[in-house]
Amino acid sequence: MTAVIEATDLARHYLVSRGPFSKPAELKALAQASFAVGEGETLAIVGESGCGKSTLARLVTMIEPPTAGHLTIDGIDVLTASGSARKKLRRAVQIVFQDPVGSLNPRQKIGKALEEPLVINTDMSAAERREKAEKMLAQVGLRPEHYGRYPHMFSGGQRQRIAVARALMLEPKIIVLDEPVSALDVSIQAQILNLLYDLQQEFRLTYLFISHDLSVVKHVADGVMVMYLGRAVEKGSVDAIFSNPRHPYTRALLSATPIADPTLARDRIQLEGELPSPIDPPPGCAFHPRCPYANQRCREEVPEVLADGETLVACHGVAEGRI
Amino acid sequence: MPALLDIRNLSVTFETAQGPFRAVDQVDFSVDTGERLAIVGESGSGKSVAMLAVMGLLPKTATVTADVMAFNGHDLRQLDARSRRKIIGRDMSMIFQEPIASLNPCFTVGFQIGEALKTHLGLDRAARRKRSIELLEAVGIPEPAQRLSAFPHQLSGGMSQRVMIAMAISCQPKLLIADEPTTALDVTIQAQILELLINLQKDTGMALVLITHDMGVVAETAERVVVQYAGQQVERQSIRGLFEAPHHPYTAALLAALPERAGRGRLPQIPGVVPGLGDQPDGCLFNPRCGYADDRCRRVVPPRTGPELGEALCHYPINGEEAA
Repeated sequence: MTAVIEATDLARHYLVSRGPFSKPAELKALAQASFAVGEGETLAIVGESGCGKSTLARLVTMIEPPTAGHLTIDGIDVLTASGSARKKLRRAVQIVFQDPVGSLNPRQKIGKALEEPLVINTDMSAAERREKAEKMLAQVGLRPEHYGRYPHMFSGGQRQRIAVARALMLEPKIIVLDEPVSALDVSIQAQILNLLYDLQQEFRLTYLFISHDLSVVKHVADGVMVMYLGRAVEKGSVDAIFSNPRHPYTRALLSATPIADPTLARDRIQLEGELPSPIDPPPGCAFHPRCPYANQRCREEVPEVLADGETLVACHGVAEGRI
Repeated sequence: MPALLDIRNLSVTFETAQGPFRAVDQVDFSVDTGERLAIVGESGSGKSVAMLAVMGLLPKTATVTADVMAFNGHDLRQLDARSRRKIIGRDMSMIFQEPIASLNPCFTVGFQIGEALKTHLGLDRAARRKRSIELLEAVGIPEPAQRLSAFPHQLSGGMSQRVMIAMAISCQPKLLIADEPTTALDVTIQAQILELLINLQKDTGMALVLITHDMGVVAETAERVVVQYAGQQVERQSIRGLFEAPHHPYTAALLAALPERAGRGRLPQIPGVVPGLGDQPDGCLFNPRCGYADDRCRRVVPPRTGPELGEALCHYPINGEEAA
């Protein structure tokens, strides 16, 4: 298996201004993220707000350069690639956002929105572009007459289909899906997940699926990376993560996810407290203030990502065999 | 003994530029003291509007009609605004989806909690402060005395929702309506808030109506469920019955479409979308999306079946043999 996306120790820091008299703070949105995704696979990135999952999406789509680390997409190193190589690479990676209302221009007809990537990146004629846009509309379950309509004339699910169609126009290899179904109702969510599944089967697409909904992740993903406050805490295959989670945060996250089965008696792990601010993360393991197993070492030393059984875990407790 | 909240044949119609739109269509609710009822449905199913009508919070463009609309012995249809205000916020209170938008950014948390205590209970300053601290403690806010002088922007989403809950329970209501209370929150915080709501409900014996779109939340919190679709109640069942043997095809399809209940690969999806203004079908409102629909469904409005079939609004309720 060759990896389509390969990231090593990827990091992204932002400077956040804190008023005129204090120095800007450094916000470590992402630190030491390493992962690889093979062709036709789906890697899910899971975590709560502020865990860096959207920052990761911005790095993989080359909207922003990483502060440190290496990112290789389709065999090309993004940081050292020449301008033209990078431009080519941008066609191979596309993104679908959470909010289909906010990601479509309300004054642009759907057809024009779909054709825009072709205008910028190819030298197709207008007739060819139109033909391709109409074909793509059919591909995502819309009708050719939708070509001349405006975004407000569509429902939420249809708009998300349009966003998927637009991402597919340049025949990308990789699609970053940033919470693609969390704004949708259950029945519409199933339609979009099926569409994504069919497209992946047909075009051997590689998905980077960002979500906070573990039941969706369990359904779509091959691999899962759980993140907390900018760092990966656990990484493994979907079966390993769901059947035998090692990191206390992964366990708490799984146990906090409501399950649609009232007969299930559950031993819920209640996490105390809130997510800390990423500007001022706790020292040591970022999870230690909420972790029931934390000891002195967790409060001082940042845990390394180590192999444990089937998954990679960043936890002192697991490494020491306490958990 | 009559139920705490008794609603029969409630309809809400909005005047819109394209003509009248019936958002809630002949729904019945009865909630007893100490009961947890969930209303579940997708967007546009009228689940929030029905409860806003009970609270009297709808705009003037809405026409509310009902045969019975009684709460704790009061007829809500007859009440004037002044006497309604004595009940709303005291015996019956509500929390909303966006906790940050529900709090006034200009006033401190302590002031906003104190408002209800002053209006409804007439407590003086010192008593209000004491009670506010108790309330914040009850909803699990650390350092409650200091938090009284905090402004809403200084609180996280989960903390704001806790403050909203503290305000809602400040006068020991008999009924708490929670409208998507955890939809805007992270998963671990959602678990905390649901746990808090259930514990408060059990401790005080109040009735809890939970409006949600999340079947997982329903399964873990409610005792009884009402499923709404396009303004109608399509099924009313006990929580176990609903998840084991749903009788309305919509409920069954909704449960089947949950990723966690399906295997890998394609999900069993419901085609189409919820009908909106102007495209409401004849007969059963679900017929264009229903796998079982025939000519009768397309022409005749379905009857309400008996409790053994989940009071499903359907010509051909499914899973009938298990009930018999």
